[in-house]
Amino acid sequence: MNNILKKSASFYDVYERRPGADKLTTTYCPGCGHGVLHKLIAEALDDFGVREKTIFISPVGCSVFAYYYFHTGNVQVAHGRAPAAATGIKRAHPDSVVISYQGDGDLAAIGTAEIIHAANRGEGITVFFVNNAIYGMTGGQMAPTTLVGQKTMTSPRGRSVNNEGYPIRMSEVIATLKAPVFIERVMIGDTKSTMHARQTVRKALKLQIEKNAFSFIEVLSACPSNMKLTPSRSKQWVKEVLADYFPLGVKKDVSEEFEPKDISRLVVSNSELPDALNLETAKVDSEKIAPYREKKINEEIKVAGFGGQGVLSLGTVLSEMGMRHDYQVSWLPSYGPEMRGGTANCSVKISQKKIGSPLVANPTILIAMNRPSLDKFENDVISGGLIIYDNSLIDRKPVRDDVEIIAIPATKMADELGNTKAANMVIVGALIEYKDLMSQEVVLESLGDVLKRKNLVELNQKAILRGAEFINNLK
Amino acid sequence: MTVSKSRGHVVISTEECKGCELCIEACPADVLILSDKFNTHGYHTSAYKGQGCTGCGICFYACPEPGAITVFKRWDQMTEMADCPHCGGEYKVYSTEDEPHLLICTNCMKPIKDSQ
Repeated sequence: MNNILKKSASFYDVYERRPGADKLTTTYCPGCGHGVLHKLIAEALDDFGVREKTIFISPVGCSVFAYYYFHTGNVQVAHGRAPAAATGIKRAHPDSVVISYQGDGDLAAIGTAEIIHAANRGEGITVFFVNNAIYGMTGGQMAPTTLVGQKTMTSPRGRSVNNEGYPIRMSEVIATLKAPVFIERVMIGDTKSTMHARQTVRKALKLQIEKNAFSFIEVLSACPSNMKLTPSRSKQWVKEVLADYFPLGVKKDVSEEFEPKDISRLVVSNSELPDALNLETAKVDSEKIAPYREKKINEEIKVAGFGGQGVLSLGTVLSEMGMRHDYQVSWLPSYGPEMRGGTANCSVKISQKKIGSPLVANPTILIAMNRPSLDKFENDVISGGLIIYDNSLIDRKPVRDDVEIIAIPATKMADELGNTKAANMVIVGALIEYKDLMSQEVVLESLGDVLKRKNLVELNQKAILRGAEFINNLK
Repeated sequence: MTVSKSRGHVVISTEECKGCELCIEACPADVLILSDKFNTHGYHTSAYKGQGCTGCGICFYACPEPGAITVFKRWDQMTEMADCPHCGGEYKVYSTEDEPHLLICTNCMKPIKDSQ
């Protein structure tokens, strides 16, 4: 035991992240249980010497700003998703100590699925579930753990079993699962119960540090502001009323017999990734792509048409080929639920510079493969940009006069080659020829690596050549 | 100033205290009171009577605010006193197992270095 009990080193001295002038105090109301639990966790992190490798996950709720206070790694996640984020973080950093900290709205309402499945997988994380039977941050609405008869803003006549059902005992629910190692419900009530909570917090964290064991600690806690009681009276209420429905105690404990879990093999390392994904490094003749290194390429391309026209694969071929020319590329699809017949579009960026966002709002190049696509995107093209449209399907001309326009009967040309679906590759051939984006030779050579259906490679090569030929005839 | 015979000592950071009174209620020695004064947030804060702290630390764990309460145990075993270079207040030589000669100002809570 330390001779001085003072602010833990696992808290920031000054809460620099907190906006406003006051950077010394937390955002919690006077008498709030969160602060006490924060202190118990921080003290344990200090004493176990794991602050440096702890990642604290802040939920949505009153404790949303826990990252203002904890001098650890911090991630603030979407509502209810803390155990899912914790899963990813723990697996990516198996040596870290990951704390998922949630309230009753976050864990027992919107995030019920996440906690059940993280617990069921027995992720090596520690979950602190603060149950104060009410929604604090939003101003006192009914929570899944609100007691029967308890009046809240959204249950003004008291929670009724017929209308809202019974309060959920989350610890008991989770204790039915096989994987969790340690589950206990404690409370921040009188001195004795708080000091017992301190021991439980330490046990749960120790189990993660030593054995990568999943622990779930439910902490009954007071919300004086929303209960409209003094801090002292609200603690009394927790002890006498809340703990009566939510019995304290260990719900499951198999920590003695639990063997330390090796979770390092759950992650595929970067060096193993290409093997795991069955990837090969593309072999490209560097001399052939050398001229394209000198070019200033920065194209934002929108490809649009019916689903089934090969709109998305046109985009993947462009971006795959872009990678083979050492460009930075991105590909972002957007499509309806139908495989065929719906509308589809994709955004492709090809650039010498790093790409910040894959979104294309104002394309430099629009490839329109049907009339609705031309109607929809024509006005978005930047001035001086390029519109390529299939005039064998689109019965109108673009009206813009400040852009370059290429009308190409791609579908008709593909039909003549024997397969209507090769229209997309006719356009690829035309585009790279017109803009000199890439080496045609490299594209033709690499097509077999990019296309899934190898029997169509030859047809698509022909289509690309036809597209290029069409452009050369225009010139 | 005479050295207090109390076994412990408690320091309240008035700007961090929110006046919830949980420490006052929890203190078994009944040595904490609610101050007449209020801080810049308008809270009447907790205050130490100045005598009788046993250093049990119960107020520390009752307090929800991370830095509002500091408790010194074995206060009666401390010896020297001097003026703090940071705030001008008094400080004491304070021994812990990890740091046998930790010097800490009991007024501003900053450690004082280069002295034994």
